[in-house]
This record gives sequence, C-alpha cells and structure tokens, in this order.
Amino acid sequence: MTIISTAGLARTFHTQHGPVEAVRGIDLTVRPGEILGLLGPNGAGKTTTLRMLTTLLRPTGGAATVAGCDLLADPVGVRRACGYVAQSGGTDPQVTAREELVTQGRLYGLTKAQAVERAEELAREMDLVELLDRRTAALSGGQRRRLDIAMALTHRPKVLFLDEPTTGLDPGSRAGLWDLVRRLRDEHGTTVFLTTHYLDEADALADRLVIVDGGTVAAEGTPGALKRTYGGSPDASLQDAFLAITGRGPAPADTAPVAV
Amino acid sequence: MPLPPDQPRTLMPLPPLLHDTALIYGRYLRQSLRSRFALLFGLLMPLLYLLFFGPLLTHLPLGARGSSWQVLVPGLLLQLALFGASFAGFTIIVEKSQGVVERLRVTPAGRLALLLGRVLRDATVLLFQAVLLVLAAVAMGLRAPLPGILIGFAFVTLLAVSLASLSYALAMRVDTPQQFAPVINALTMPSMLLSGLLVPMTLAPAWLDALSRLVPLRYLVDAVRDAYVGSYATAHVLYGALVAVALAALSVTVGTRVFRTAGA
Repeated sequence: MTIISTAGLARTFHTQHGPVEAVRGIDLTVRPGEILGLLGPNGAGKTTTLRMLTTLLRPTGGAATVAGCDLLADPVGVRRACGYVAQSGGTDPQVTAREELVTQGRLYGLTKAQAVERAEELAREMDLVELLDRRTAALSGGQRRRLDIAMALTHRPKVLFLDEPTTGLDPGSRAGLWDLVRRLRDEHGTTVFLTTHYLDEADALADRLVIVDGGTVAAEGTPGALKRTYGGSPDASLQDAFLAITGRGPAPADTAPVAV
Repeated sequence: MPLPPDQPRTLMPLPPLLHDTALIYGRYLRQSLRSRFALLFGLLMPLLYLLFFGPLLTHLPLGARGSSWQVLVPGLLLQLALFGASFAGFTIIVEKSQGVVERLRVTPAGRLALLLGRVLRDATVLLFQAVLLVLAAVAMGLRAPLPGILIGFAFVTLLAVSLASLSYALAMRVDTPQQFAPVINALTMPSMLLSGLLVPMTLAPAWLDALSRLVPLRYLVDAVRDAYVGSYATAHVLYGALVAVALAALSVTVGTRVFRTAGA
C-alpha cells in the first residue's frame, strides 16, 4: 500500500550553458501516514522533486502517482489531494492572514461562509486566532510558517509536502513545528513528505529517510538503519551516515545541526 | 484537531472557470484598491501630455477631421493602456519571489483563471483611469460623441487585456525585473512612436507611414480617432476592431499556454 510512488522521475532543465539534469531518475515509495524525510546536499534535486510531485513542474521523464492520481494524466486530482508549503511560503505581505485563508478555502471550492468558518477552524488548530487580522508582513517567521501550513491544510489533504519547513526558525518554533507535524500524522493520518538540511530534524521527525545526491536516490531507510549501515555502528550519528553516503568528507567533531 | 479527513466540500454554483476567475479577480482588485497611489499612478504620463502637450496642437494642421483634442485624446487613451498593461507583469515577478504564484498554482484553480483574473483586474483599473482621462480632456476642451467615447473605452479594454496577458507571460519566464524591464521598454517606446499615438501618421513621410502599418497599435489608434469624430462604419474602425480582437485572442492564448506549463 503506497500513497506516493515514483519510477524514474526525472527533470532536465535547458539552460544557456546546455542541459542540466537536476533529477536523473528518482524511484521511491511512501506509505500512507508516513513521515518521509528527503535529504541531500544543495543542488541534489530535492526541491525539483517536490515541485514535480506537486504538479508545479512537468517531469521530463518517468512517472509518478500521488494519492492514486497519475501526475501527468490527472494533475487536478493530485492538486486536490496534496498541500504544499514552499521554502519561501506563499502569502502576500499586504494581505491579512484571515483574507489569505478565506481566499485559499474558496480556491478549493468552499463557499464564502464555509471558507470563513474553515479559516477560523484552522486558526484555532494552528494557534493563529489572535493573528488573523494582522497583515502577514507583521507575523514572525514562526507564525508565518504556521500560517503557510494552515493554508496548505485548508482542504484536509492526504499528503502534505513541506520544503525545508524549519529553515530560519528559532529553536522553540522548530520544536513547535515538529509537534505539529507529528500531530497531523497521528490525528489525521496525513502523510508528510518533507525536505530538510537539519539532520537532527530528520532523525527526530522522520520515520524513514531518502537521501538523494546528484539527482538520484543514494540511500534510504530508517534513521537507525542508515546509521548502522553507513555510519559503521548503531551509535554513529546520522551525520556520519550522511557524509559517508554523499561522500562529502569526514564528519566534523561537533554535533551541532549542520546545513550541508 | 476535530477534523475528520473527509473530502473537500465542493459547492460551485458557477462554472469553474468563472468561479475561479472571479476569485482571482477579487483578490487582485482588492490589492489595487489598497493603494490609491497605484490606482492613479498610470494616469500621470497621459495627463501630463494632455496638459502640457495638448495645447500645442490646437492651432496646428493635423490633417485629420475634428479638433486637435479629438486627435490627441484617442492616442493618449491607448498610450495609457500601452504602458499600464505592458508593465503589469512586474507584480508577478514580485509574487514569484514571495511564493504566491506557486501557492496558487498548487491549488486546483484553473490555469486560465489564474491569468484572466489578473488580466481583468488590469483592464478594470485601466478603464477607470481612462474615464478619468476623458473627463480631464473634456475640461481641457474635448468634445466628442458619446458612442465614440464608449468605442474608445472598448479598444482600451481590448488592448489592456492583450498586453497584460503578454506581459504576465513574459514575467513568468524571467527571474528578475532587470530582465523584464528592458524588453518592455524596447517594445513600448517604438510602438508608441510608430503608431502615431501623439500626432497622426498621415503627417508622416511615405516610408514612415508604411513602417507604422506593421505596428498593430496603429490600427487601433486610427479606429478610435474615427470613432471620436462620429464615423463608426469606416474601414479604419473595421480594421482596428479586427486587429484588436485578433491580438487579444492571440495574447490570451500565449498567456494561458505559459501559465499552464510554466515551471517558473
């Protein structure tokens, strides 16, 4: 039983300097209710993969299904089934949080009244009630990230894609976001597919990791299995495993989160 | 969270295209209404021409029927649409960096609606500015038949829809304002000069007149000038209407194609 499966998913960009194979052929499967972490060095193809799976970017090769909908044949079905939070977020700084949430609801087919009600509901769940009538420019990084996620949850998607959701957040906001992601999975069975550069985040949050490098899958497994297999011992850090897999030299001595 | 993971509640009394277009239109119209400055800024240039250039023409032989205002104001109206709509794409470059474009594109909203909602907002704002410009022109001395003035507004709307669509299409394909602005400038300035927006091309030497016939905007200007002197069933009006409608159809098609496929 899988909710996402890809076979040879690939994307080549044509630039002035010739073709760039951002993603060379990704094969992966995600089970319903799983929290999957996609790791990889900068330029490994993480964001490109996410943008293909959310219909923002047309693959140049391979195939994928998301929540039973074929990516190429039924993009609208995929859009109805998934929510996406980009690295940059996606709200207009001049607009209030409430207006953005209501517009989002209506884009998913709610009536005005339903959308207003849903905005209130999401605000309660995401701890945004006091902030609804603020312009999004006036929200802190952590608050804005919660709003971005609320927007992506408007239609109760089966799959939630998060692109580096905690980059730039303070430690408290990061911990809050981890709780939120776990809660979504535990209470709603939402499948969460996230990319991150923080290995502690991947270790703490993800059930399973897929490590991409050079546009293909370099390794996959639970954090524990990756540590055993690639780090050399069960006590190895995920960073040891990551560096061994991606061949980026020996691990530095400290264990602080590293943006690779 | 007391939410059963049920299906999204769908209730759409309108056909999806209309429903989505109206939503996007509302979103961007509210954006325009938040800024009175943005709402009126586009008027500045044509208004300056009206005030400081218009009076220079009143005693000149322009080789056209009617008063000099009946020659100049149609040109200024289309100038308003030319510059206002051509730069519309700037907003999408900003929205791309804010992630707003992708956020809208992952929703099931129709791709055509994502374009049309924006384009119709631009047409609305430009039409509003066009009305103000005509009122100012009447104060300056313009006298023209009402049907002619309304025909002029129709051409402003069609030109605005066309150029805004193309502008958004270009803006989706570039990454920075620095790539966008030079292209727009390189197209709008020659279009303005070669279409006889300020003084009619009938004054031009034969080579310039011939060259100007390659610029689509020329046909719209000639059509509106005829309409402003009360001549509606003329070849100019017919050609102008054909060119304007063809340009709009082509531009919206190009824009939709880009919005459908863009991996911007």
